[in-house]
Parts: sequence; C-alpha cells; structure tokens
Amino acid sequence: MSDSATAKVLVSELLGSCPAPFAGYDRVLLGHGSGGRLSADLVSRLFLPALGNEVLNRLEDQASCVLPGLESARLAITTDSFVVRPIFFPGGDIGRLAVHGTVNDLAVGGATPLFLAAAFILEEGLPLDDLRRIAESMQAAAAEAGVTVVAGDTKVVDRGKGDQIFITTTGIGLIPHGRALSVASARPGDRVVVSGTIGDHGMAIMSVREGLEFETALESDTAALNGLTELMLRSCDGIRAMRDPTRGGVSSALNEIAAASGVGVELVERALPLRDSVKAACEILGLDPLYVANEGKLIAIVAAAQADDLVSAMRTHPLGRDAAVIGAVVAEHRGTVVMKSVAGGSRIVPMLAGEQLPRIC
Amino acid sequence: MKFLDEFRDGAAVDKLVRAIRNRVTRPWTIMEVCGGQTHTIVKYGIDEILPEAIELVHGPGCPVCVTPLEVLDRAHAIASRPDVIFCSFGDMLRVPGSRGDLLQLKSQGADVRVVYSPLDAVQIAATNPAREVVFFAIGFETTAPANAMAVALAARRGLTNFSVLVSHVLVPPAIAAILDAPDNRVQAFLGPGHVCTVVGFEEYEPLVARFRVPIVITGFEPVDMLEGILRTVEQLEAGEARLENQYGRVVTRAGNTASVALIADVFEVCDRKWRGVGSIPGSGWRLRDKYRAFDAEERFSVQAIDTEESSICISGLILRGQKKPHDCPAFGTICTPETPLGATMVSAEGACAAYFAYGRLKAAHAGAV
Amino acid sequence: MCLGIPGRVVETFLEHGILMGKVDFGGVSKRVCMDHVREAKPGDYVLVHVGFALAQIDEVEAHRVFAFLEGMDQLGELDEIPR
Repeated sequence: MSDSATAKVLVSELLGSCPAPFAGYDRVLLGHGSGGRLSADLVSRLFLPALGNEVLNRLEDQASCVLPGLESARLAITTDSFVVRPIFFPGGDIGRLAVHGTVNDLAVGGATPLFLAAAFILEEGLPLDDLRRIAESMQAAAAEAGVTVVAGDTKVVDRGKGDQIFITTTGIGLIPHGRALSVASARPGDRVVVSGTIGDHGMAIMSVREGLEFETALESDTAALNGLTELMLRSCDGIRAMRDPTRGGVSSALNEIAAASGVGVELVERALPLRDSVKAACEILGLDPLYVANEGKLIAIVAAAQADDLVSAMRTHPLGRDAAVIGAVVAEHRGTVVMKSVAGGSRIVPMLAGEQLPRIC
Repeated sequence: MKFLDEFRDGAAVDKLVRAIRNRVTRPWTIMEVCGGQTHTIVKYGIDEILPEAIELVHGPGCPVCVTPLEVLDRAHAIASRPDVIFCSFGDMLRVPGSRGDLLQLKSQGADVRVVYSPLDAVQIAATNPAREVVFFAIGFETTAPANAMAVALAARRGLTNFSVLVSHVLVPPAIAAILDAPDNRVQAFLGPGHVCTVVGFEEYEPLVARFRVPIVITGFEPVDMLEGILRTVEQLEAGEARLENQYGRVVTRAGNTASVALIADVFEVCDRKWRGVGSIPGSGWRLRDKYRAFDAEERFSVQAIDTEESSICISGLILRGQKKPHDCPAFGTICTPETPLGATMVSAEGACAAYFAYGRLKAAHAGAV
Repeated sequence: MCLGIPGRVVETFLEHGILMGKVDFGGVSKRVCMDHVREAKPGDYVLVHVGFALAQIDEVEAHRVFAFLEGMDQLGELDEIPR
C-alpha cells in the first residue's frame, strides 16, 4: 500500500472546497479491495487515522525499519491477504500466489526475502485434499524463491462464513544499507520500465469466472520476482523505485508513484507488452489491460541514461524476457498519468475508482 | 486481431487527419451518436488530433446513461428479493438509482451477478430451478437480438423461473428529438454503426430528408471514425445532406433480416423516458403481450414504482449539445464520477465524466495542481 | 451499445434447436450464438456483441478504406495545403 498521498491529492482535487462527504457508502464494497481510489480512501480515511505512525504513513509496499543492534541492513516487513477465487486457477493456486505476492512486496523494496509466516482461515467443509495441495504448492513456491515458512496459524469458521480459504502471509527480509528505493523518488526525465506482458493474471481469473467463461484458459503469470530484482539492483544503481502492479494494475502503481513523487507520467501505448490472448480477452469484455492485475511483473523507475542497459539486463532473466521501456517521468501534469495512443492522440489514465467491470457499451 | 488492429493503424489515422485538415474551411459541429464511439474518441484522443474547427458533441448513445431512474429503482426492488438472482451487464452495476446502485445492493447481500451475454442468464436459470432469475435487458437496437433470443430460448426450454426487465431505447427518435430542439447546434451525425448492423439504415433516410443534415453511419475504431468524420465534413463543406454508410463491412441497408424478424416477434414499440431528457414518444421497445410470462415488471409487480429525477442535473441539455459540463453548478462539486447525479457523469464516456478527466489534465497543464 | 468484436468462426452446432458456435478472437475462444448468421462457415469472420453474432464481415468492404487511402496518397491529396 502506498495510497495515502494519492488519496489526499485526489480527494482535494475532486472536492475543491465542498464539504459534502466523498462517497455515500457506509459499508465495505468489493471496490474497496480493488486497489484503486476506493482502496486508497479506506486507507487514508479509516486505517491511518486509527493506526498511523511515521513508518506506516509512508505506505510503501514494504515497511523498512531500523532494528536496534542490526547495523549492516534495515529490516523489511510486509503483510498481505489472499482471497482469490477460484482457489485453483490456470497457472497457479492461492497458496502459490500468497508466497509470490509477499516475496514480491519485499523484493520491490530492494529487500532479500528471508522468512514467511502464514495464517490460514479455513471454511468448515473445505476438502483436506485441496488444503494439502495448497500447502504443498506453498512449500514448492517458497523453496523456489529461497524463503522459509517459519510460523503459521490456523483458524476454522462455520460453513458459509469463509468462502473455502483465506491466507494471510507476513514476510521479513533485509535491505542492505545503501539501497533506498521509494515511490517518492521518481524525477522528471526518468524512464518507466515494465518487466513483461501486462494483464495476464487478472484475465486468467476472469476467464474462469461464471458468466464470463472463455473456452480457452489464459494462464496467470504468478511468479517470485526476487531473482530478477537482485539482478536489476546489482547491475544498475539508477533505479529509484519498483512496484509490483497487482490489483489495480499498472495504472494504480504508476498513479501512486506520480502522486507520491509529485511528478507526471507519460506512457506510450505502442510500447506496452501485451500477450495476444490477453489483448483479445480484454477486447471482448471491454476491459483495459492497464487496470488488470499482474502477479509476476514489476514496474521500475530508472534514470534515463541507464534505462536501456537495465532492460537488456532484465531480458537475460526468464521473468524479464519481454521487459521494455514503456514511458517516462515528466514535470508536466504532476500527479497524473497520461498515455499517447497508437492513433496519436493522448488520454488520461486515471486511478480506477473501484472494480473494473466488463462492459457492453 | 484481424479486422480490428488495421483499423487502429497510426499511419492510416494520420492520412485521414490530413485529409480532413485539407477539406475544412470553417467550424462544424458534429455529433457522434453512440457511447462506444465516444469511448474511442476519449481513448485515442481523437478530438486532440482533429483540426480545432471541428467540434465533436457527445450524443445520447449510451443506453446505460439514459436508463431512467424509475427503471433502476424497479431493478433495485427486484434484485433486493432473496429469491432472485439478478443478472446484468457490468455497465449497469454502478449506475445510481434513488436508493443507490446494484453494487451497493450486492454488498448488502443481494445475489447480483455480472454476465457477458443474456444467454448466460438463461443458463443460470436452467441450473437454478428453485430460484427466480431476472435479466436486466437494457440496450439500444444492437443488444435487442441477443435479449430477444434469451426470451425465445427460455420459452423453448420451458423455463418458468426466467424473466427480463426490459428498457430498450431506439436511436432515430432520439436524433429527431435533438434536431427538433429550438437551439440545436448539431449540424451532422456520425450514425450508430452497430445499431445499423442489426436494423439497417432505412430509418435514417427520412431523418436526412426532413432535417437536411448529413448522417454517415460510422464504425468504432479510429480509422472508421476519422473516415466517417471526413465524409461528413465533405458533405458539410459542399452543402450536401445525404445518408452515407462508412461501415460497409458489416452494415447494409436492410440490416440483419433474421434479427429484425425475431425482434418484431418479441418486442413492440412504446414510449420511453430517457434519463435527463424526459419522455420521447415511440423511442423504446417492450415485451409483446405473448411474452408477458417473461416480463419481470409484471412478475414482481414493480410497474407502480415511479421516480423523480434530480432537479439540479442538466444531463438533458448536455446530451443535446446545448450546454457544456462546466455550465452546471453541480459539476465537480456534488456531482463527480464517484457520486454522479445524472446520465452524463454515470458513464465514463458521458460528456461530464470525460470533461472531468480532461479538465484535470488541462488544469494540471496550467500548473493549477 | 457498441462493443462489437470481430472473430473467426471455428465450428457451429445446434443446441436446443438454436445455432451456436465457437468463435476465435486472436487466440481466445468463446461460445457465440450464430443463429442470425447461418451462412457464416468455419473460417469466416463475424461481428460479436454480448455473445451474439450480429453479422458476417464483408472482407472486400473491409479493404475499401485502405485502398481509398492509397489512392489519395498517389494523387498527392494528402499534402498539407500551405496556410
């Protein structure tokens, strides 16, 4: 999460001096979990007033803390909950996703991920075979990523109260001194780099949802990115920030960076790496891939002079084969992301309000 | 994707823009009817690359935006029932009625589901025989064949738990209403390409004859729209008023005769209220008597639900191109994309929503952020 | 009312007496009702809106605008008029 600054900018822009409440919702909506403006709103207007402190308020993907007695590095901590449906999807499952998601939140902060703790909320009636499959999948993912699950917890709720399984993972890692990535560090002139094709995970989930099924299953891109991030940080010292564009997609990640850094971002539509199948699925449902979740990709903001070399380095890694420069940080339209379309004209890429829904219009 | 990508080609777009530039000698006001065409204009920044002399006014061609408040309230009432599975296109879920939108209703426990096709709703009815399944059948003529087929299929399969809440709207009466308005500024139309794919374009000929405005039936990709605009400008510059078909790869004069026949079997013309505009006679379709069994309004007795529209909202004037969003006192203050009052802010392609986004960009450019 | 996407017919079959089909869109397939485009055969392209094929795509007509643009190019009609 790094939504507080964004939320403040957007709220003030939208309301001007109007005292009317921002939104008339008095209950949690699905949109509050979508990674867009509603999510940002929930954080800034409910959670931060209750829980805020100097570290939390920075709202990076991972908190980095100085640990008394630890001189050579800072401690990185992050936590995430996983509620994906279906729990087994093309390309992965909720367990694998949980490990990858938490490893990635640490990795994009420049941390070496070390340990995970996993808490499970299980619905009465969940088949033990399913649970076993998920646990084994988590172990495999953790081993691949070089992390260890060192603590866990299990709770069970009544049938009907828990939708099969929810997983919360907390991750701990170490950020070597000298690394100071931050979403507030982007500067005009920097380049925006993506590690590969966008929208794969979200469309894989869509493609198996009731009422929206495709005959062809698209595959999630879920993957642990710490190997790629280590390669990037060792080969390039001009990386300002990295984000993993999960829910809310590339758009949310870049809007958050734009707001936190007080800069504008310009994207080039032609440069966006997109799988044909994902593009087709988006066209059919009327969805914009910029807003669709990714679970094995990252965005990096890098100094202009080093961008091309960074992309070349990334392309030597299996998870960076389709890496590309997709835009630049600019001094104009601060806080706003703009994209130049393949037809030549531009449009704003605003932060999504809530969930992106298929459309017919 | 074939028949899609080539119509987004930057080089072709460039040539068409230059051709338009070479033809234009004075200002023209053109309305694109269809919400999908507005979407293309916004998505590709088309009004940015056109010569300033051409003003594009966004028309009422968004069935989502123009669905009257009372229909939304009836949907809300039906979807609130515990025995109902309420199926809808995604677009409709965030449109606010008097008591909130369907998404909020879902958060309160209602079984509201997004479907891609009306036929998916029929399938849900077949697999949930103990529940009532209602499909929110909105749309222009484009969606009518699918909606009609859903009713026909449910009848064929003998389903007794399926019904439709119908709110179909028709384009030609809306165009007539716009052109009839005393201070109308629209001089030509880009006609609705997919509507005409279904019903053909015969109905537009009397409009051209009566009002003496060019109507060019246009597709939805950037190349289509720019070619449509070029042909429109050529007519305007020459003082002509003809019906032309730019979208010939799918549009014919008679349309899809099988669709026209099924629509005529299932639906009949009626008066329809358009949100923000008011009632336009003969501008809607409703279920014919023989299909009453599938009429959700009757089945759930919601016909009596009537509602008042917001008095502040000037959607109607904006939809007709008579006022701009900035003219509205509620614009950007109590009326925003998150808290829309009327049709034109509800949809992301509505004039107010589009101006909201562009306005932020212009203000940002001016250093106002 | 507008989102219509072109796809290639892969196969057609009857279901409950109504003609249905599998249509491929750039590598992704979906079930589509083909009942109003009965003349479309595997390999043909159709325009699909909400899971319903509205029309078969006329491939010759589809090329028209590009031939037109090439013609304009050759006539030099696309050169900027000096202002």
